[in-house]
Amino acid sequence: MESIAEKQADIVEEFAFLEDWMDKYEHLIELGKELPLIDEQYKKEDNLIKGCQSQVWLHAENDGEHVHYTADSDAILTKGIIALLIRVLDGHKPSEITQADMDFIDQIGLKEHLSPTRANGLVNMVKQMKYYALALQASESKTTSS
Amino acid sequence: MDVKTPPLDIAKLRQDFPVLHQKVAGKPLAYFDNAASAQKPQAVIDTLSHYYETTHSNVHRGVHQLSQKATDAFEEARKIVQQELNAAHPHEIIWTKGTTDSINLVASSLGQNQIKSGDEIIISALEHHSNIVPWQMLCQRTGATLRVIPISDEGEIDLQAYRELLSSRTKMVAVNHYSNALGLINPVEAIIEEAHKHGAWVLLDGAQSLPHRPVDVRALDADFYAFSGHKVFGPTGIGVLYGKESLLNELPPYQGGGEMIAEVSFEKTTYGELPHKFEAGTPHIAGAIGLGAAFQYLQQQDRPALARHEEELLAYATDALRRHFPRLKIYGDVPHKASVISFLLEDIHPYDAGAILDKLGVAIRTGHHCNQPLMQRFGISGTMRASFAFYNTTEEIDQFITALQRAEKMLS
Repeated sequence: MESIAEKQADIVEEFAFLEDWMDKYEHLIELGKELPLIDEQYKKEDNLIKGCQSQVWLHAENDGEHVHYTADSDAILTKGIIALLIRVLDGHKPSEITQADMDFIDQIGLKEHLSPTRANGLVNMVKQMKYYALALQASESKTTSS
Repeated sequence: MDVKTPPLDIAKLRQDFPVLHQKVAGKPLAYFDNAASAQKPQAVIDTLSHYYETTHSNVHRGVHQLSQKATDAFEEARKIVQQELNAAHPHEIIWTKGTTDSINLVASSLGQNQIKSGDEIIISALEHHSNIVPWQMLCQRTGATLRVIPISDEGEIDLQAYRELLSSRTKMVAVNHYSNALGLINPVEAIIEEAHKHGAWVLLDGAQSLPHRPVDVRALDADFYAFSGHKVFGPTGIGVLYGKESLLNELPPYQGGGEMIAEVSFEKTTYGELPHKFEAGTPHIAGAIGLGAAFQYLQQQDRPALARHEEELLAYATDALRRHFPRLKIYGDVPHKASVISFLLEDIHPYDAGAILDKLGVAIRTGHHCNQPLMQRFGISGTMRASFAFYNTTEEIDQFITALQRAEKMLS
């Protein structure tokens, strides 16, 4: 599997062809539509990251080695960005996720969607994805050392 | 002989607002977020820089010339606001940070000596969070009860229900004059008259009314009137609380510090006279003078013509939206309202449409507009809101409609 950095480079390349804003947004909408549906049982209050503009539901689990994410949003552009975030971080080890530098969002010109003023839940989603990996990493090191 | 007033020269008027002449994402900017904050005429911008270049010093009690000049300009601005509101005295105009600060001042001071357990405060279901939370906090502190006037499905205040809520327990009625989320013009004359019959005071949140129409606080017989400078084409960080002299005298000070005292010793401090009693600390001098300049700018315009132009913009945009979008629902769909349209397109999230409009040069606001209880009343999480000022044009509305058609197509 590609590394987190390689996946980010792929996305940057993919977006490089989309010069017009409307093309970028069309692509995000497509990605949002293709995002696998979150299991309804995970669309609960505990998994809700509230934003004043749009909301995000995030569920994470691990197979003992790798972290897997599913997520959803009520806004399709938000969902498109979720799809990118999941594509980059899903299936990686907790240590890789916690160290990941997510600067591809800036490089493809979508930084404003992750700005706190947008209040769309995405900033906290990225944090939440990392927190989950961090928590897993902490519990792993505890198990190994005991 | 009929004397026809010359038509409004919008192109000329727009020259007064430098920020409007820019491109966003390569498209001409159509700024329809005026209800959140209005743009500034050159006269206000020049006044701010002129003040800092030539006049700045701390106000009141300075013996030197600059302090005198700054104090004169600052107090002159207070008189401009007094005249604008038709208040009886300049000292009924209290400088604050904005509407929120003005409401907090009244709620906090009332809580110190006027409100007790068992008293009631009435607000409406239409209120901005800034006219809900300070009263909730007051109720928590004092044991008073918050009562809420219900609204119709179009957002209109239910006057009959209001009359039933009023009683001898009612101490304060706090409602918005024009609604920020929907643009509705509330029947504040009737609200005030009924409240006064019960001996209750009325505070009007005027943040959204003054940008559209002049307000006469004495004709309204409002006890308190709160508004923000930045929504009436003035600077940010300055606002006003108007209060009737007798009521302001009854209230204890809000914050303690310099400016607001008469004499201080460690045993006892006596407070200053109005308006200084409520203006602790160095005020936003430049902001106050800039707000004065904003009102002077408005006073130089043909204000009935500005109002008519806004009505035309509202009618033009409402008609275009209805014609082009069968899936449209307007919230607060009443004949007489301010130039604000709050709407949704079925199955389209406001955030998505707003983000696409932004890249087509159109600035609207999306979300709950700091009115979560109102959105809950309508069973929605938010709306798209286009709010027009007199410097907007029908060409900009055309740009907005085209952009919204594009967004609808992309999102369907």
